[in-house]
Amino acid sequence: MQRNNLILNAKIAFFIVALLPLARLVWLGLTDGLGANPVEFVIRSLGTWTLVCLLVTLSVTPIRLIFGINWPVQLRRMMGLFTFFYVCLHMLAYAGLDQWFDWQAIVHDIAKHPYVLVGFSAFVLMIPLAVTSNQAMIRRLRQRWKMLHRLVYLIAILGVTHYWWLVKKDVSEPFIYAVVLFILLAVRVYYKRPRLLDTFWRPDKAATGA
Amino acid sequence: MKHVPIISASEITPREIYQGRREFIKVAGLGAIAGAAMLGGMSFDAAAAQSPRRKIGKFVKTPYGSDEKLTPYEDITTYNNFYEFGTNKSDPSQYAGSLVTRPWTVNIEGEVKRPKSIAIDDIFKLAPLEERIYRMRCVEGWSMVIPWVGFPLADLIKWAEPTGNAKYIEFITLDNQQMMPGQRSGVLDWPYNEGLRLDEAMHPLTILAVGLYGEVLPNQNGAPLRLVVPWKYGFKGIKSIVKIRFTEKMPVSSWMKAGPSEYGFFSNVNPNVDHPRWSQATERRIGEGLFARRRKTLMFNGYAEQVGQMYAGLDLKKYF
Repeated sequence: MQRNNLILNAKIAFFIVALLPLARLVWLGLTDGLGANPVEFVIRSLGTWTLVCLLVTLSVTPIRLIFGINWPVQLRRMMGLFTFFYVCLHMLAYAGLDQWFDWQAIVHDIAKHPYVLVGFSAFVLMIPLAVTSNQAMIRRLRQRWKMLHRLVYLIAILGVTHYWWLVKKDVSEPFIYAVVLFILLAVRVYYKRPRLLDTFWRPDKAATGA
Repeated sequence: MKHVPIISASEITPREIYQGRREFIKVAGLGAIAGAAMLGGMSFDAAAAQSPRRKIGKFVKTPYGSDEKLTPYEDITTYNNFYEFGTNKSDPSQYAGSLVTRPWTVNIEGEVKRPKSIAIDDIFKLAPLEERIYRMRCVEGWSMVIPWVGFPLADLIKWAEPTGNAKYIEFITLDNQQMMPGQRSGVLDWPYNEGLRLDEAMHPLTILAVGLYGEVLPNQNGAPLRLVVPWKYGFKGIKSIVKIRFTEKMPVSSWMKAGPSEYGFFSNVNPNVDHPRWSQATERRIGEGLFARRRKTLMFNGYAEQVGQMYAGLDLKKYF
């Protein structure tokens, strides 16, 4: 019971904290605080918080592996859905505020500019993950659900690449995100290397379940 | 020619005030860094350190761009690309206080009758100052309308007396890590340099600016002397110039070195040639708010009638 309370409180706290970046944007918008290029500011800010949410989601497993702390796993779905929430706002701001839903211009932008293409791909790949995030889908898809949700690693790599490629010259900020992502992925590889070895180097052994 | 002193000695900010301001900016800068760290690097610091604003004594109005709605002073002076003070748009307005613009000397060298140097106050007297309202289109897809105060570059070129060998002109920014802390990072090959073909440099639209909105150029906008070439992308408008060199060969600019496939020598505004990173077909006009539509980018930034003939027969897709 005590434990359930802790989880509930953590969920409420995370929910409120995760809404703060949006609240801040609304506040800045109402107080004329979005700067000289408000459209760019809003799009960049939403993109940044998408990446932050994504990296927070991806840190649940490393925390479990390193520190043996398991309870954040119960917040992971919410973290993932907030990532999707922010990426949807990011896309909406881009398509609406920046491009005024000029689909021809948007298609041109996606096709011609590599950073837009990788970002858009990451967004598209997130849709099936969000759709299958409920309990019923987890039960229905079973093993395939796990396979499907491994897409998040690809999504994260595409997301950081998107940020890296959009920067004109100074990549110091995207570099920070790349390093964090590298660490989060490296921890997984390190802790799961026996099983990974079995799967990729000794497939016969893995197949027999040895 | 009548020599009118445009800035009298009394208008020049004493060194102590500059130094005091530099201390203030250091403190403000630290505060901004702390604030930025707390907000995950997303801070927009409205309390930017501002230089005192000083009016320019005398300049004439011209009909250029009088039909355009001016971009607000606040936006022109807080949304800048000036990597010598940091790579964020708000960095220059916060940190450019460390730049001391008096005394300031510009050296003229290369293919000239004899090398010369000229103090900034004498540059102000080279030609009558005039106001030119120009559109400025950044390669990143945004634009402004800026009321510059300056004089035709052609006047300085005539004074410099280039030789018959001079085909190009190269400009070089101050190289000083104390005054320009952004030069400590290797983001570009310092000092910043830019170049024009001599006919582009002599074109009546090309000016050297010393002010905007009738006031002395704020540091973050390239004080005390910068280039403005309105039909080219903004980065061609090199700031805080200390050296002008006439050459026979085409100079290689900082941005050409940084990304040869992305930045060409000409860098004329051209909606038909996309930058690998950004579409150049449209642009966002700064100062129009959150709900404004992008506007179509015009060939040569709308100055095709005046400058188009200089590029007749040139493949603009190849020579971008």
